[in-house]
Amino acid sequence: MAKITKEEVIEVAHLARLAITDEEAVHFAEQLEAITNAMELLNELDTENVEPTTHVLEMVNVLREDKSIPGLDRELVLKNVKEHEAGQIKVPTILD
Amino acid sequence: MALADKTAAELQELIHTKEMTISEMAEQAFNRIEELDSKVDAFLALDKEGAMEQAAQLDNTPLDERGPLFGLPIGVKDNIVTEGIETTASSRILTGFNPIYNATVVEKLKKDGMVIVGKLNMDEFAMGSSNENSYYKNTKNPWNLETVPGGSSGGSAAAVAAGEVPFTLGSDTGGSIRQPAAFCGVVGMKPTYGRVSRFGLIAYASSLDQIGPITRTVKDNALLLNTIAGYDDKDSTSANVEVPDFAAALTGDIKGMRIGVPKEYFAEGVGEAAKQAVRDALKVLEEKGATWEEISLPHSKYALSTYYLIASSEASSNLSRFDGIRYGYRTEKAGNLLEFYMNTRSEGFGDEVKRRIMLGTYALSSGYYDAYYKKAQKVRTLIKQDFDKAFEEYDVIIGPTTPTPAFKIGEKIDDPLTMYANDILTIPVNLAGVPAISVPCGFDNGLPLGLQIIGKYFDEETVYRVADVFEQATDFHKKTPQVWEGAAK
Repeated sequence: MAKITKEEVIEVAHLARLAITDEEAVHFAEQLEAITNAMELLNELDTENVEPTTHVLEMVNVLREDKSIPGLDRELVLKNVKEHEAGQIKVPTILD
Repeated sequence: MALADKTAAELQELIHTKEMTISEMAEQAFNRIEELDSKVDAFLALDKEGAMEQAAQLDNTPLDERGPLFGLPIGVKDNIVTEGIETTASSRILTGFNPIYNATVVEKLKKDGMVIVGKLNMDEFAMGSSNENSYYKNTKNPWNLETVPGGSSGGSAAAVAAGEVPFTLGSDTGGSIRQPAAFCGVVGMKPTYGRVSRFGLIAYASSLDQIGPITRTVKDNALLLNTIAGYDDKDSTSANVEVPDFAAALTGDIKGMRIGVPKEYFAEGVGEAAKQAVRDALKVLEEKGATWEEISLPHSKYALSTYYLIASSEASSNLSRFDGIRYGYRTEKAGNLLEFYMNTRSEGFGDEVKRRIMLGTYALSSGYYDAYYKKAQKVRTLIKQDFDKAFEEYDVIIGPTTPTPAFKIGEKIDDPLTMYANDILTIPVNLAGVPAISVPCGFDNGLPLGLQIIGKYFDEETVYRVADVFEQATDFHKKTPQVWEGAAK
């Protein structure tokens, strides 16, 4: 049985880029532990020689000629951007 | 003039005989929505102006250039992008997002002359079984406004059940079309994975998600699948296979057809009413010349765990694109870029979405990848093999769609594991990628029950044929919920 600690939840939340409070971390730890424990059921099965299925269909790689084609129109793309200037998207400071 | 209970052919007849124009039909759909949607809360956004403009143009098309769904109104689940109509996937993080292109399925609806009236409520990012995870509002089940319509395509199913529109599109990742169709007493089809383009569907779990039609009758459903199916070079997972005429498959003949009935779908936890309704349905199909036998899909009990590991892992990856930079909600509280991402995502996503992102991030993290994610992908193979083996002998597999009818709003929301168990009969189908439909097959305390018919890969034709024979022999689909009474038709 996996024990999920508050610290692990805080670490996972950071990796997932989610800010959570200590209180939320405790709550999520309990829920994730219950869910992962339920998932331990899969360990009943011997899957040593089973191939994983990532896709149900036979996937084939699709290739195209290596030439440039026009992308989305910049004006249109910026329509959904909250803050932009001179055709650029504004974000908070990256380097302090 | 009642529109709400008419089939595509009957609606078409009204237009062809000039009893009604396409514009008048669209107008009536909006009237009905205006009257009923304050009770049902199925729609998130309406596009009356765009729809009326489109309808007026369509009215000028000569009769001989019109297909079977031409001019008929349709609603679209809000995780399918529509140019010029706000698309949020019922999440705060996409508030105000106005797509600059259409999903392939939306292009196809427009090409066939369907009139898009608006966008339908859902569980946030299609995560949920009750429609209680929408940021905006809870959709209610038209059969009993105190119960859930199911999820995540609850808005799509409720809108059809309430007679607001005769056609909607939903999406199904673990049962999200079939489960709400069962709860709302309508017909919902999840096609074979790859049958319908996912381009423009806001991805939840890419290897499981599939768009499909929700309608009042099986024939209407087949007609709508005709419209949206087909290969799309914009979707690398789209299947390049021939698309038959699904409506032409409704021959009424199922003589000699062999049905497998998995004993696992009648296990403990599945309600007696659901089991009995399926037993009764099998009698109906037997009378029409089919035979059935009990079979076993031995890995069914592992499907739920497998699903949640795979779906959450894919979700944690897919939802990493929502960062508030290029579209949607942005936090006000951020000193630097990392804080900006973290606060935007925390304020933008609801609890269920966060729970699945975290489960997925955990399952994919080093140290747990083999134990959880890879293990689940291997069990998925075993589940798929169960179906492959069964379909060597049987034409379709039949069982209940859900263990119980719709539950009360608020009843299960605090207990994720119990809520997840609600999809136990639909999830194996998504893991295997095969097609399945839910059709109304009975009632329990006045709430609808669904019959699930599962088919072989790309054999939606047989699924529809069986569903149609059952529908023709019964009248469950003709019953209407109480919310209809006194409403404008």
